[in-house]
Amino acid sequence: MESTIISSKNFNAYFGANHVVKNVSIEIPQNNIIAVMGPSGCGKTTYLRCINRMHELIPGATTEGEMKLHKDNIYEMNPILVRLRIGMVFQRPNPFPNLSIYDNVIAGYKLNGMKLQRAERDNIVEGSLRKAALWNEVKDTLHKKGTFLSGGQQQRLCIARAIAMEPEVLLLDEPTSALDPISTASVEELLFDLKKNYTLVLVTHNMQQAARVSDKTAFFYLGELVEYDKTKEMFTNPKDNRTQSYITGRFS
Amino acid sequence: MMNPKLRYRLVKSKSVEWIIVLFAFLITVPLIAIIFFVLKTGISKISWHFFTNIPKPVGEAGGGIANALVGSLLIVLVAALIAVPIGILCGIYLSENKDSKLASYSRLAVDVLQGTPSIVTGIVIYFWLVKPLGTFSAVSGSVALAIMMLPIVIRSTEETLKLLPSSLKEAGLALGLPYHKVILRVVVPCGFSGILSGVMLSVARIAGETAPLLFTAFGNPYISTNVLKPMQSLPLLIFNYATSPYEEWHDLAWGASLILLIWVLLLNITTKLITRKWKVQL
Ligand SMILES: Nc1ncnc2c1ncn2[C@@H]1O[C@H](COP(=O)(O)OP(=O)(O)OP(=O)(O)O)[C@@H](O)[C@H]1O
Ligand SMILES: [Mg+2]
Repeated sequence: MESTIISSKNFNAYFGANHVVKNVSIEIPQNNIIAVMGPSGCGKTTYLRCINRMHELIPGATTEGEMKLHKDNIYEMNPILVRLRIGMVFQRPNPFPNLSIYDNVIAGYKLNGMKLQRAERDNIVEGSLRKAALWNEVKDTLHKKGTFLSGGQQQRLCIARAIAMEPEVLLLDEPTSALDPISTASVEELLFDLKKNYTLVLVTHNMQQAARVSDKTAFFYLGELVEYDKTKEMFTNPKDNRTQSYITGRFS
Repeated sequence: MMNPKLRYRLVKSKSVEWIIVLFAFLITVPLIAIIFFVLKTGISKISWHFFTNIPKPVGEAGGGIANALVGSLLIVLVAALIAVPIGILCGIYLSENKDSKLASYSRLAVDVLQGTPSIVTGIVIYFWLVKPLGTFSAVSGSVALAIMMLPIVIRSTEETLKLLPSSLKEAGLALGLPYHKVILRVVVPCGFSGILSGVMLSVARIAGETAPLLFTAFGNPYISTNVLKPMQSLPLLIFNYATSPYEEWHDLAWGASLILLIWVLLLNITTKLITRKWKVQL
């Protein structure tokens, strides 16, 4: 029996008066990959940002309802601790432009003032970059600024930065939307590997990707969670006709 | 045969282009003229002796401006020590709280402060510091200059930080950094070159200010490093000696003018170089 790591109950999110996430109840089992799908603007990013309490940082943004990490209510925890335990990779790559590739990977430790031994640091950097399928490309240029990389490489650097912190849950907002097919494949492989130790929530517009990597899929439409089921089940036998229209490409 | 209408338009376009180039060139003329004139008059007055000696009494030839050099450096340094931390913190506040009431009020205050005539700042400091302390002092001059630096430092910090994308801050926050560490270790380092350039330009701006020093630092014919006592500075020396009736003092004033001009030029040029070198590529 899998245990639930993240659960939300009747969860709502607002931008001012704009009700963007509506009454979402979801249970995310540990060591799974959950794909979040739905048309543009349906609130996928917003919901994701509610899980690690990034949403509330936007002026006027509010939330309502229950969101739990294991048994603890995320909205009663210290947001800093929440974000250390729930990592995030953004839709657009955002490496620190003032830091080298090396320092970008350990930015979570370095900027937080957590001291690491030299060898330990090297290990984390190499391990994280390897996991993010970036090591071979950057191992000779680790001292260069992270922003000199291509967009796809930057995104993998951001993945490395997030997994260097060894979070329990990793939120990924369309992490491969800027990648070529080869790096996409390697990131997907990475996601598969990460599943052993982490729980992943993956926003994607790519149905093949969702089908390839995810265990369960949540389909959002206009802020509502329309359907949430095993990915296979959802793609072969959708219960809601909005889901069906979406996966057959009748609206996007 | 070219269409006359087209021909007319081409001619018009060309002439406007030439006028623009002409004016772009013309604005450099005053600067070049000033530099040339000061250089021509001042260069012959400058020697090693000029840097290491204090002015001679009236009637004696020679003498230097060591007292004014030391004084100017100290007064400006103390002014920067006061204005830079306050200015940067205030600039951070303004860029972080774009829409708050306090921010718009404070922005207005900064604008008005920037427009305040320096002589007015000087006289206010005279009543606030010089009179209560019972003596002219370098530090009161520094306070007056710091007030003039503040708006420049604040505004350049604010404008620099505003241009940084919010995704940068989010990257830090999502890694579990507390807000103050995001500001100090992500936002400020990324905007460092812009902030530094504002600081250096503000120093260049006040280095030649005379009016606020007239009734604060006052001037001193000897070298002094006591900031609680009157102190000489380059602009004060130029003002006092150029308006005196003595030929030798005029020479000192010309030499000091050249030094001051070079100082400000160098500050501006190094600012350009440093900001280009240290600019964080976003
Ligand atoms: N910063 C913001 N301020 C105000 N409203 C916002 C903001 N960000 C998003 N919204 C609104 O919230 C709604 C949901 O946006 P969200 O970014 O969650 O959509 P999404 O499903 O991630 O879309 P996409 O697939 O295009 O990334 C949109 O209608 C948008 O107008
Ligand atoms: Mg999105």
